[in-house]
Amino acid sequence: MSTLRQSFLLLVYLAIQFTSPKAHATTQLQGAGATFPAPLYQRWIAEYTKSTPDIQINYQAVGSGAGIKQFTQNLVAFGASDAAMKDDEIAGVKQGVVLIPATAGSIVLAYNLPGVENLKLSREAYVGIFLGKIKKWNDPAIAKANEGVKLPGTAITVCERSDGSGTTFVFTKHLSTISPEFKDQVGEGTSVTWPTGVAGKGNDGVTALIKQTPGAIGYIEYGYAVHNKIPFAALQNKSGAFVTATTASGEATLATTQFPPNLLRAWPSDPDGKEVYPIATFTWLLLYKKYDNAPIGETVNKFVNFGLTDGQKFAEELGYIPLPKEVVEKCLEALKSVQ
Amino acid sequence: MHQGRGSYARNWIMKKSRRRSDFFLVITWVASIAAVATLLWIVESIITPAIPAIQKTGLSFFTSTVWDVNRDRYGAVPFLVGTALSSTIALLLALPLGVFIALFLSENFLPLPIRQTIRFVVELLAAIPSVVYGLWGIAVVIPIVRQFGGLLSDNLGFIPLFEGPATGNSTLTASLVLALMVLPTITAISRTAIVSVPLTLREGSYAVGATRWETIFRVLLPTAAPGIVAATILAFGRAMGETMAVAMLIGNSPRLNWSLLSPGGTLAGLLANQFGEAHGLQVSALMYAALALVLLTLFVNMAGEAVLRRAQKSIAGVR
Repeated sequence: MSTLRQSFLLLVYLAIQFTSPKAHATTQLQGAGATFPAPLYQRWIAEYTKSTPDIQINYQAVGSGAGIKQFTQNLVAFGASDAAMKDDEIAGVKQGVVLIPATAGSIVLAYNLPGVENLKLSREAYVGIFLGKIKKWNDPAIAKANEGVKLPGTAITVCERSDGSGTTFVFTKHLSTISPEFKDQVGEGTSVTWPTGVAGKGNDGVTALIKQTPGAIGYIEYGYAVHNKIPFAALQNKSGAFVTATTASGEATLATTQFPPNLLRAWPSDPDGKEVYPIATFTWLLLYKKYDNAPIGETVNKFVNFGLTDGQKFAEELGYIPLPKEVVEKCLEALKSVQ
Repeated sequence: MHQGRGSYARNWIMKKSRRRSDFFLVITWVASIAAVATLLWIVESIITPAIPAIQKTGLSFFTSTVWDVNRDRYGAVPFLVGTALSSTIALLLALPLGVFIALFLSENFLPLPIRQTIRFVVELLAAIPSVVYGLWGIAVVIPIVRQFGGLLSDNLGFIPLFEGPATGNSTLTASLVLALMVLPTITAISRTAIVSVPLTLREGSYAVGATRWETIFRVLLPTAAPGIVAATILAFGRAMGETMAVAMLIGNSPRLNWSLLSPGGTLAGLLANQFGEAHGLQVSALMYAALALVLLTLFVNMAGEAVLRRAQKSIAGVR
């Protein structure tokens, strides 16, 4: 057979493959949103589609803001956001919105101080650092909580996010809650104007800045600090105890969350309790209440159900906090309203 | 008859070639119009979304020093200053260096093969992707700046440009890497300009007893000036628009800072950093910033063009 004829046959074959509507009855789901939970969602997708080969799910880590945008414009089957959705954003979606806290993470203050381990930062200290008022590592406000630790006189370089970010939102929300001065001067938001410091793009950008700058301190997701083996400080919580970020202390934080009725949206912005780590947050999946395409709605429902139940066991190894039982129950209840 | 057929054929060929030249004329027209139309299209699609921000902030966009997304306050001064500062410093470093390299490559100090090799290597600098320059800057330039920046700020800190504290991610770091990035542009165009100075001019200069360096500084460089100015403009444009390497090195601070040793920000870097997660008026303000960047580049090009014309006029008699 000539090559020409072969390629012609190949073309015909491909044409049939692509045009026949039910050659393979695959259901395709598109999701887009937050970068922070992306590794976990990818894992869920890989595990879930193992047993359901006729379902394809794509998740694009485009960022929380872009995720909300695409979700509002009906471009995806589900969105994802670290900052959930605001009331006016929810009002803009005519199919209705169901917010599902899908996983959670702590935000740590990672630092680069060779020779200093187990740094403890009091509330005054870390607020002061991020306000640019504490400029040297041997400042008395830091030294007070670190007796016996030899702190160098290195200048502090604060590292922050240059892009809009759910991580910034949660961190500034916490700082604004515990410090009126911070609230007044900087405020809370996904993109704030920090009074001091250098900025990098994404969790990885900030992580790189901290690693390359002696004397640096910056806020990043717990998972990034663990994977990059950067030390992070124990922070003083509301009850006055110094707590390091771990899965257990993060779970304790999440357990304090009180959700308002009918909407699973809340931030433990200053949790109370001896064992709780002060800065942890959920990250949300954004689902439509009523899907125009019923099979898609059903598939989304099954997939999220898998994530909330079997999927939670992958959380810890990837640096996330598994959802507390009570939260999972509330989520499954809310998921029932998705059609 | 033979002749008749021949002339017929010639006629046919001429007609065909005329038709072909008409065809090419059309293509050149379409191509030029398409280029202009695309530019207008781009400008239009920047201006339209920028209108809400233009209405809200107006000219205060160019006078306010506060860029605070959280409070919907948008002033581009820190980024305008950062863009101008980093590109100017980069050019101040790269221009003399580039012109001297161009001179070296155009004179016969070394055998041709060696000069060709050097020229090739310098031009190869232009082929390195900007993200690689960024990585190199992080690995090499930042530690150097951190080390010597401290010395600079300790000794020259009274000058606002060198005020401490010195950080690694700073305007100076970005400028140093930018200088390297624009070096091949300056070298290549300057070299072409110097090489194309008529030999008679050089010989005339020697004939009246000028030395080689007198010839270079009094005859070659002034005659090649338009080309060197053109090189500078192109390099300036590239430095102002450079995004990736700068965003990786400059520290992306939205605060107004005149010190080269502090983190700064550029318009291009601002767009790259904030556009992805922007919403509401912020998108519009970023488009306004993009418009400012386009206008800034346009202004530089026009200024360059003016200088170029004057320079050409002044040396027209020489050529």
